Amino acid sequence: MAEIPNLDYIKEISGGNEEFEKKFLNIIQTEFPKEMNDYLDFLESNDLEESAKIVHKIKHKLGILGLTGGYKLAIKYEEDLKYGNTNLREEFQEILAAVEEFILKIA
Amino acid sequence: MRCIIVDDEASARAIVLELCRTIPEMEVVSEFPNALEALKFLKHNQVDLIFLDIHMPKLTGVDFIETVSNPPKIVLTTSDKEFAIEAYGYEFIVDYLVKPISPERFQKCAIKLRNAFRAINSSDDDHQMGPGEDEDLYINIDRRLIKLKFGDIQLIEAKGDYIEIQTKKERYRVHSTLKKIKEKLPESRFLQIHRSYIINFAQIVDIQDNSVLIERSVIPISRSNRPELMQRLNLL
Repeated sequence: MAEIPNLDYIKEISGGNEEFEKKFLNIIQTEFPKEMNDYLDFLESNDLEESAKIVHKIKHKLGILGLTGGYKLAIKYEEDLKYGNTNLREEFQEILAAVEEFILKIA
Repeated sequence: MRCIIVDDEASARAIVLELCRTIPEMEVVSEFPNALEALKFLKHNQVDLIFLDIHMPKLTGVDFIETVSNPPKIVLTTSDKEFAIEAYGYEFIVDYLVKPISPERFQKCAIKLRNAFRAINSSDDDHQMGPGEDEDLYINIDRRLIKLKFGDIQLIEAKGDYIEIQTKKERYRVHSTLKKIKEKLPESRFLQIHRSYIINFAQIVDIQDNSVLIERSVIPISRSNRPELMQRLNLL
């Protein structure tokens, strides 16, 4: 079963500070779509080195949103991309779609 | 500790900033989305500590370390573990935090930093006058300077613009802040265990869950200060 993003980590960090939670979610809502688009653009242009760099950034967000499996997959995918291997592309795309949906839901 | 945060991800900076807020002595003076801006800032400003991301475009964290002159203490923050061993080759790198940083791990980092700065301060004390073990503290009460022996102070409580100093015999109300009095107290004997409380370590009667008993006063221990308190106990 696919992992579902959650806000457990954000809540742990915030210690109940709702202002921070709100501010943080705003940042994620701006940052993630841009990174996702950059990743897709680099992939489209077959610039795998730059794709790997963006996956590195996205990886952090997967960890923040509690996607443990997604985080591990991103670690592997980032390394694979550096060596020109895009086998995990589809799986990673599913994770991105789940995050995108989640972000729209909390907007 | 005056610190800056350098990370190209706004979300990562926001997390470190929020974690810093849980450490009373940490003051984040600025944050930067790239290392170049941080370098410019450091040309004209002094800080004690930098939270530095490794993977940044243009100038990476590693480039930054190699470039910055007379670096302050640095805590690396990154999503990769691969640089960890190499990082400890630099004496000014105090810790290495893997993102996403857990609050518990950050507390441990804060303890490392306190110890690192305490070591620096104690070496400075060899050359400068500082609060010694047997010194006294003078407080101004109604234009009278009252002498308090460090050993007689049980705890200090922040109350708005005032602090209250509790001794074995009396409780004194002084117009000052916890931050100011903390600088006057020997670190080996006093410890801040909550945003509003500094205690004399020797006066602890017992510790239960999240509070300390001093004489008959029950003092709360904040989550962020608990690890240092526990570390300083001579536990059996």
